[in-house]
This record gives sequence, structure tokens and C-alpha cells, in this order.
Amino acid sequence: MSASDDIWILGIHMTKFGKHPDLDTVDLGATAIQGALADAGVTMRDIGIMAAGNLMGRGGIGQALQKQVGQTGIPVYNVSNACATGATALRTAIMAVKAGEVKMGLAVGVEKLAGAGLLGGGTKADDGDTWKPSGRFGAVAPTDGRIGTETMPGVFAQIGMEYGHKYGGTSFELFARISEKNHSHSTLNPLAAYSKAMPLEQIMNDVMIAYPNTRPMCSANCDGAAAAVVTNGATLKTLSLEQQRRAVKVSASVLTTDPWEEACQVLPNVNTLTRNAARQAYEQAGVSPADLDLVELHDCFATAELVHYDNLMLCDEGGAVDFFLSGAPWRDGRLPVNVSGGLQSKGHPISATGIANIWEVCQHLRHECGDRQIADAKVGLAHVIGLGSACGVHILERSAA
Amino acid sequence: MTGQIPLVQYLVLGDRPHLVALECTSCGAHYFDRRNACAGCFATEFRETPVATEGILRAFTIVAHAAPGIPVPFVAGVVDCDGTSVRGNVINCPPDPEHVQLGMKLRLATYSLGPDKDGTEAIGFGFEPIDATNGDAA
Repeated sequence: MSASDDIWILGIHMTKFGKHPDLDTVDLGATAIQGALADAGVTMRDIGIMAAGNLMGRGGIGQALQKQVGQTGIPVYNVSNACATGATALRTAIMAVKAGEVKMGLAVGVEKLAGAGLLGGGTKADDGDTWKPSGRFGAVAPTDGRIGTETMPGVFAQIGMEYGHKYGGTSFELFARISEKNHSHSTLNPLAAYSKAMPLEQIMNDVMIAYPNTRPMCSANCDGAAAAVVTNGATLKTLSLEQQRRAVKVSASVLTTDPWEEACQVLPNVNTLTRNAARQAYEQAGVSPADLDLVELHDCFATAELVHYDNLMLCDEGGAVDFFLSGAPWRDGRLPVNVSGGLQSKGHPISATGIANIWEVCQHLRHECGDRQIADAKVGLAHVIGLGSACGVHILERSAA
Repeated sequence: MTGQIPLVQYLVLGDRPHLVALECTSCGAHYFDRRNACAGCFATEFRETPVATEGILRAFTIVAHAAPGIPVPFVAGVVDCDGTSVRGNVINCPPDPEHVQLGMKLRLATYSLGPDKDGTEAIGFGFEPIDATNGDAA
């Protein structure tokens, strides 16, 4: 059925995203792990390595989770890669299995973010009583707000506007329409933090955060966790037919960082590293964008979704606006994008995001996605960006068994 | 004793305020911060080079929500100064999408952040529309 060194998702789970006032970070992470193990039909005894991500805590999340779900002495890799942390954990587990050091690996990402407010530039340092240069720019005072913005909504707003400057066709309304799509998709996702359709007017008239991103066009801070068990083809062959049938093939697993280009240290360039990751992933998987049945991409802001249509080569270069206007990324379109509701409505518990998007694709490929199932889905792609930057792209395929 | 000090080291004050970049002597890459090596070619030699004081607004956002204490709204953007991209605010221009437009021509402008306890005045920079009518174009 497959090569013995192919990588498979044997089990995967995501918690409901939203507010979990009664669960702490460890509770949420443990719930995701236990769900993934049950889904995989294995126990902690079968797991040879664990990779864990959590940004808002004090570190050591992997060991803290082991103490609740099973301390077997296996190595833990606590990873941190901004919003790509979940994908980095998954990629770490995959590399260990691929290297042949272990037969099964576990990846988990968890975050408590409900009510976190503005991320990036969220606190202002006070001006001192003496203008004294410090830091790498020799600044005599805090520069956030004086030399551009450090807030995430503002940074990603500029990234979308830059695309408009380069290729034309963008507008406040266009970006709001992208958000309208994702909020509409979320109505079918019971695990989304917000699952209400929002009319275009409501989105445009909501609170402006950083033009052109209003509040519903920004990813929703919330609590959540996701975990996955990965194994290799040789091990999968020794498991039950049901496990083999439900396993999802990881046809490509890629992580990139941003290569140097003019301006990349002035405004983060989220484009080239995504394009590089996508190119490598399509080559690894031997598929083209035309083969994809669905895509979960990193719509941390409505302005970001637009540029990633292009970066993931879902359209011709410069053609993201036309791609969207054609209706292609709606769930009944040619290439559905973010049928989960995306980060704008499903929510964005940072470290969980890069595994939860894999879960969404797996559910469709296993035909277990209920009301929002994309019919006969065989191949899907999941993408995340962590600013700084790191980009994870995974291409997943339905089992042939 | 009083005097002036730039908000950042790469702002040069005087009769003609301008920005200076650190240029990699090997590949020509431009940087504004203290460098250990060139991120593009790994060389370690740099020379100071002046940056054009006029440019084109390549990307912007109008920030309405920022950290407490930061006055909003303000326009944050990236200005293409003859091939060198610069981060800065668009100033001396109403912060709304009718007046701030992609591709508009801007020039460097300075402003005072006020004196410190010793009377030294900090000077910041931004970019202002070159032609007032430019920003009014529909």
C-alpha cells in the first residue's frame, strides 16, 4: 500500500476552540493528547518521542503534560516558533520517525489566549527622563507608534496593502469579503470559537483595529489545543485494517524561514518563505495546486489570506484578487479555502493552530467531517506562518487502504 | 546644556535631515540596525550611505488600536526611498484612507519629541506628502 518510510498521521484531535475558564493549559493539552491517542488506537507506551509547543506559559509544557498523561521516560522537545509552533512540533515528531529513531511520535500544541487582547506591541515602554540611545537602532525612546507599528493587525494590514500596491485590485471591501467567507464557513464548525455568519456591512462597520482590518477581520484570541500521533509505513502495516484505513498520509512536511531580501527587515516578508515552502511541498508530494481538494491557510488577518492564495500558488502570480472574486475559495467553489472558518472565526490559540489545521484537513480526507465535509476530498494542504518568520506547509492524502 | 538628539541613530540631524543606512560593501544590502554580518552574503564590512529623502508609499495601515499611551490613529507605512525601503509614519496628513494612498509621493520630515530633564530635545522623523493636493486626490 505504501513505502515503509512514508509518514502517516495515525491519530489526531483538537479541542473545541473558545473560552475554557475551568481548564488550565495542562488540562487542555492533556485532553488533546488523550484524544489523539484514542483516535490512533495506541497508548503513551507506544510513543517514542514527544514534541510540545506553548508560547504563553513558563516553559516545560511537554514534561508538565507527561505528568498528566503518562511518564514513560521518552525525550521531549519543547519547541517555540511563534504562530508556526504547532507545525514545528509536528515536523519535529515527523523528523524523528523519518530518521528511524522511533516508530511513533506525538506532537501537541496548546494555548490559553482568551481575552489576551492586542498581540505584538501590546505594551508601551515608558519614555525615560533622559534621552539615551539603546538597543540595535540606538533609539532614545520606544519606537512603536513613532516609527511604524509593532501590532500584528497593523503589520499584516501593511502586508495586504503591499500586495495591492504591487498588483492592484484590493480595497477595504475586498478584504472584508474574505472575512465574510470565513465567518460564513464557520457556521458549520461546532469546534469554532465563533460560528456566526457576519454580513459584509457588519464586518466593515465593526471596530477598526488597523485599517483595513476591522475586529472580525482579525484572528480570534481563544483557548485550545490539538495533538497528533505520527508513524511510518512499516509500523502502520503491523496495525489493524481500521487503523490503516483511517490513517492519513503526510505526503509533504516542510518548514522554512525567511531568506534575506531587500526590505525584509523593514516589513516582514511572509511571501517568499511561504512560496518556498509550497514549492518544496508540491515537489515532495508530487502534486500540483490543481490536485488540491481543500486548503487551510494562515488567515491571521483578512489581509493575510489574500497574499497566501498567491504564495501557495492557488492562482497565477498577481492573480489573488481574481481568484477570490471568482468564488473559488468558498466551500462550494473550485478550491475551498478555510472551510473550518479560519483563524478569524475558528480562533487562533497560537501553538495549537499548526496542528488544528492538519486536523481539519484529516477530518475531510477521512470523510468524518459531518455537515461541512468537502465531498470526496483526497488531497489537502495546511499552512501556517509564524512572524519572525517560520512557515510550515503540510500536504496530506487520504489512505488508499 | 541643551542640544538635540535623534530618536534613532540612523537619523542624521542638521540643515538637511536624512537617514543613513549601513551598506554591505560586498553585496550592497542596506540595514538600519547595528550589524554582526550581512544577512544576505555574510560579509562583515559596512559603510554608511545616505538614504534618499523622498520616496513612494508602498504599504500602509491606519492604526486605530495600539498599546495604551500611544496616540491613535496614526499611519504606519513602508516608504520606498529610491530602492531602499524605510519604515516610518506618514505625518502632516489626515490619517484617513481618503488622504493616505498607496503610491503617494512623500518626503522625510522631522518633529520634536520634547526635551528631557537636561533640556536635550529628541527629534523624530516621519514622511509627509510632497504635494498637499497629492493626498487630496480621490
